[in-house]
Amino acid sequence: MIQIEKLRKVHRARGREVTAVDGVDVTVREGEVFGVLGPSGAGKSTLLRCVNLLDRPDEGRVVIGGRDLLALRGTELRRARQGIGMIHQHFGLLGSRTVAGNVAFPLEVMGVPRGERAARVAELLDLVGLTGHAKAYPAQISGGQKQRVGIARALAGRPKVLLSDEATSALDPETTASILELLRDLNRRLGLTVLLITHEMDVVKRICDSAAVMRDGRFTEQGPVTELLARPGSELARGLFPLPAAEPRDGTTLVEVTFVGGANGRPFVSALARKYSLDVNILGGAVETVGGERVGRLQLELPGDPSANAAQLAFLRESGLAVEVRTRATAAAPGAPNTDALTAPAEEEAR
Amino acid sequence: MSWDEVMPLLWPATRETLYMTGVATLFTAVLGLLFGVLLVVTERGGLLPAPPVNKVLGAVVNIGRSLPFLILMVAITPFTRIVVGTSIGNAAAIVPLTVGAIPFYARLVEIALREVDPGVVAAADAMGATRREIVGKVLLREARPGLVSGLTVTVIALIGYTAMAGTVGGGGLGNLAVTYGYERFETKVMVATVLLLVVLVLIIQAVGDLVARRLSHK
Repeated sequence: MIQIEKLRKVHRARGREVTAVDGVDVTVREGEVFGVLGPSGAGKSTLLRCVNLLDRPDEGRVVIGGRDLLALRGTELRRARQGIGMIHQHFGLLGSRTVAGNVAFPLEVMGVPRGERAARVAELLDLVGLTGHAKAYPAQISGGQKQRVGIARALAGRPKVLLSDEATSALDPETTASILELLRDLNRRLGLTVLLITHEMDVVKRICDSAAVMRDGRFTEQGPVTELLARPGSELARGLFPLPAAEPRDGTTLVEVTFVGGANGRPFVSALARKYSLDVNILGGAVETVGGERVGRLQLELPGDPSANAAQLAFLRESGLAVEVRTRATAAAPGAPNTDALTAPAEEEAR
Repeated sequence: MSWDEVMPLLWPATRETLYMTGVATLFTAVLGLLFGVLLVVTERGGLLPAPPVNKVLGAVVNIGRSLPFLILMVAITPFTRIVVGTSIGNAAAIVPLTVGAIPFYARLVEIALREVDPGVVAAADAMGATRREIVGKVLLREARPGLVSGLTVTVIALIGYTAMAGTVGGGGLGNLAVTYGYERFETKVMVATVLLLVVLVLIIQAVGDLVARRLSHK
């Protein structure tokens, strides 16, 4: 549905050049929720703004629903944008218009006759659960309600694609959950393809089918979320399941295992202990529901050096687990991702 | 002079002040709005980027604002003659009043428009709105309270400027205060005109505040 190829965007300001997006390839399949996760300044916003050409990329291709957007200009581009919904971190609502007036705005832009607007506005407000607030002004409603208005407005043109620019970053956790649920629901009911950017791990966990981690203008990993979680060394897995930063003690093997879905049912830790008569020490762990599947990570300490544990590690791998052996070198390697940046709290509170 | 003699002088002078201020406000509102919008949209990264135009416009506005009104009034006499056919009288005073107030209001319009959340403009852009729609339905509409407050300040400044209209043979309360109150030591006239001016300004400010508040949905 959305195809982005070799996208590059350089911001130029006062002689300085900053490469915000540095060769990104993404394919978002129809009907999926794709999340781009990354710390502030990674280029996520620029990437998203390049999708509907609020920023024009310097290189690359943006194809939405089979149409090459970069080939469009003027009226054609505006038409195309009308078919792409977008929601924003700070909502972007017109303070001088009521809730209904805000939802009617894109309809005016699209040239929907006055008589048809009211019915469509009512329909959209019903869709996002704001029927009673049509006459309120944005200043009179809560942040979550404002984002619902933003979503209703974005859906006015019956878009196939919705772009979400940190839509929940200005909201409290409870409201975030309700907005994400609404997005998930709309994604399923309307077959809406969603491309969202966020710095909140939680968003990816709750609603994304696929995800990418972005850093310094590039994707460091991307793919279906459950697949990424099972992938050794995945930054997403580390971010989602922060395990204590531990180093293997002498004569022990420090292992991080990730289990997804099916592997969950089997008691692999006790099986391992029994089969090899080991004293397995659990140092840390976390279990989460991701995309409806139970996913977990455990940090285990086995007696003996990794070389002495080859059979044991093979056993774990054969049990359908992603197994990562931590050594001192990897723990201290500069490439070791810093998950703090990904889990940083929202930069700004709701206004 | 007795109060009976002062009263008949006040009404025509008030009317002249209102006339000059009213007409000048009308033109100032339209042209100041136009220049203010141009100042915002032509800047680098604006809706209609044209940095050279922006620079020239900015310079013109700054020069316009730095000229003392008295000097401006005399300096543009030839222009006034072209516009209204004469350089003397109330109608002739309206021209420099307008010319003086436009840059003043244009800056206030610019400030009001810059207060509009850029996120709202981006949202409209993402919806596929035209530039005209963004200016009309987003910028100007969102900035309405600021535009009204700015106009209120401008109208009050215009009332102040009309006091100097006497220089080009115009009338009004200010002229009355100068000719009778100051030059002829008629304290009653002075007091009466000053009071009238104060009342006028208070009323305008109150109305302006009320309208701005009505338009604001904060």
